[in-house]
Amino acid sequence: MSVTSVAAYDFPPKDGADKFPAPLLYIGWEDHKMFCAPFCVPVPPATKFGDFVTDALPGMFSPHPDFKHIDWNKTEWFLSGKPFKPDMGKTMVENGVGHKSVVRFRTPGLTGLGNSCF
Amino acid sequence: MSNVFIAFQRNEETRAIIDAIVADNPQAVVSQQPAMVKIDAPGHMVIRKSTIEQELGREFDLQEMQVHLITLSGNIDETDDEFRLTWNQ
Amino acid sequence: MDMKASKKLGLKERYTLMTRDLAWTPTYQAVKDVFPLTEYEGIKIHDWDKFEDPFRMTMDSYWKYQAEKERKLYAIIDAFTQNNGHLGVTDARYINALKLFLTGITPVEYMAHRGFAHIGRQYPGAGPRVACLMQSLDEIRHAQTQIHSLSNYNKYYNGFQNWRHQHDRVWYLSVPKSFFDDAVSGGPFEYIIAIGFAFEYVLTNLLFVPFISGAAYNGDMGAMAFGFSAQSDESRHMTLGLEVIKFILEQDPANLPIVQAWIDKWFWRGYRVLTLVAMMMDYMLPKRVMSWKEAWEIYAEQNGGALFADLARYGIKVPKGWEQACKEKDHLSHLAWNTFYSYGMAAPFHTWAPSEKDMEWLSAKYPDTFDKYYRSLWTHYAREQAEGRRYYSTTLPMLCQICQIPMIFTEPDDPTKIAYRESDYKNIKYHFCSDGCKSIFDLEPGKYVQSWLPVHQIHQGNCFPSDVDPGKPGFNPLAEVLRWYRISDGIDNRDYADSPDKQNFETWRTQATGN
Repeated sequence: MSVTSVAAYDFPPKDGADKFPAPLLYIGWEDHKMFCAPFCVPVPPATKFGDFVTDALPGMFSPHPDFKHIDWNKTEWFLSGKPFKPDMGKTMVENGVGHKSVVRFRTPGLTGLGNSCF
Repeated sequence: MSNVFIAFQRNEETRAIIDAIVADNPQAVVSQQPAMVKIDAPGHMVIRKSTIEQELGREFDLQEMQVHLITLSGNIDETDDEFRLTWNQ
Repeated sequence: MDMKASKKLGLKERYTLMTRDLAWTPTYQAVKDVFPLTEYEGIKIHDWDKFEDPFRMTMDSYWKYQAEKERKLYAIIDAFTQNNGHLGVTDARYINALKLFLTGITPVEYMAHRGFAHIGRQYPGAGPRVACLMQSLDEIRHAQTQIHSLSNYNKYYNGFQNWRHQHDRVWYLSVPKSFFDDAVSGGPFEYIIAIGFAFEYVLTNLLFVPFISGAAYNGDMGAMAFGFSAQSDESRHMTLGLEVIKFILEQDPANLPIVQAWIDKWFWRGYRVLTLVAMMMDYMLPKRVMSWKEAWEIYAEQNGGALFADLARYGIKVPKGWEQACKEKDHLSHLAWNTFYSYGMAAPFHTWAPSEKDMEWLSAKYPDTFDKYYRSLWTHYAREQAEGRRYYSTTLPMLCQICQIPMIFTEPDDPTKIAYRESDYKNIKYHFCSDGCKSIFDLEPGKYVQSWLPVHQIHQGNCFPSDVDPGKPGFNPLAEVLRWYRISDGIDNRDYADSPDKQNFETWRTQATGN
């Protein structure tokens, strides 16, 4: 039983993919907690991963002074916490990124304000 | 041995209650904080009606403490004459 | 006439006569039809008369003492109002803590009232029924006195006016709201362990004692009066929580694992809500009584430690998340205040970076962590702000499915790494801030797949006023969400330095101290 209840209890989830204009993606930058939490954004499934990096990430992360020093060729990526090598020319779906996936990236050498991981 | 504690608002009436607690519990430690007083004692604490009445110079119903109480910790046992806090360890 | 005065009854006899003897066993209807919710949670009670209320409070003395508390409270509030007491507080930054309180805590006092009325009705035993009735009345009194007291501030300061509307909508208010909704939608036994024991006994001291002592320390007689008046009821509430748990455990050995699972769950749920209190204590009070860390050590580690040592004789263990909560005491308030600082546009109160003097205090109170991890953040923000670039995040954060707090918490043993946990349920991923929140989901996924997560609701288009069309060119989602929240941008929100509150307070204070 998925809930302790007085009677049968079965309700639809509130956040199925059909409820959103596009699947949700969570995106976090490791060692940069100035951004207090990962961000949550809808990303159309046909978006190319590379376009997401060039077009969407600056709006979220460029307020951090480390952002302009990122070498995207050296960036390490994680999907649901596991190392992952996205193909920049392929779409989110083709890269295995779906509704409510968590993508994190680590930028070696960049460790935040005064190396505090903020 | 863990402490039990009780805290009261700091006012004229609780001054007498606190004096009574200190008199009846030699191990009690009183700490004055903004607008409140907290009293800790190892293992147990007793609050006696008769001692409070002596301090106040009038009759006192132990349930009158309800008006000034802020918080407490420990198992409670209350009668007309005594209010006890204890940890069973 | 020969009159014989009868001896006054003792406390125990009075309690028996006025409580137990007024109850009866129904005969026209079966007991289980009158009290239909007592079995489905799996708790077994064999003899309700074994419940002991050590305060032995009867309804007549309850009314007498509550009336006296009210008279004292309203006398203080009148005096405070008549003397423009709001100008006597240390600094108008302080008043933002009151806005947080009114929007976040007062509505859950009301929910506590409803919850205790509900479970009081459901218990077959007269002892706990009367104690729940009293607590239900206490809780509505708390809601009312808080609203009355804070209405005085609403005459002068921004951000108080839409507290009830905002409680059901604004992102961070879903934290206390969902906590209480979770509790009242449990059964009568889970509710009393959740609120009566885990919250009232283990955690409430951390909410009220430092907050209200802090109010007094910052010259706020109004909040001090309602806070202590409410707190004077808490001892009774805490006692109910403790006595109920002992009673349930003594009734049947099969109750232990159920109760332990609730303690694990509700300790963690309540502790996560207190994140808001941690930042209030360390960052929002101009004059601080003690740090969150010190309060945690006194009221959780020492007092909670004593409590669980006492309950060990029943087989109860320290709640599962206890160790992690103790590790987080060095970090909690800093992470939380950065969240509100970053999303300072979307909350109906003001935020600010701590001053150099504030940071000295933080550094002294958090010698192992503040300078190492947090100082450079605030220094950076202050520098940016001085150059006209006050940082506000405009992208929505990822939330934990259970506590609904943005995913700000770090790995228990690595404060540099945000903790991510996830579960799959019926082909959808769910995300959590901690092992504690994940295990709550995994036990009852059918309940929490329905969480109303503010960020997801915004993305679903459910948080805009009805008069706008999100499809139209020039649609500004953030501005429309603020309108739906009823937050006046530039007045109720953003940095304290730029606020009308600050300007007004300075003007009025100048008028109050000379002509």
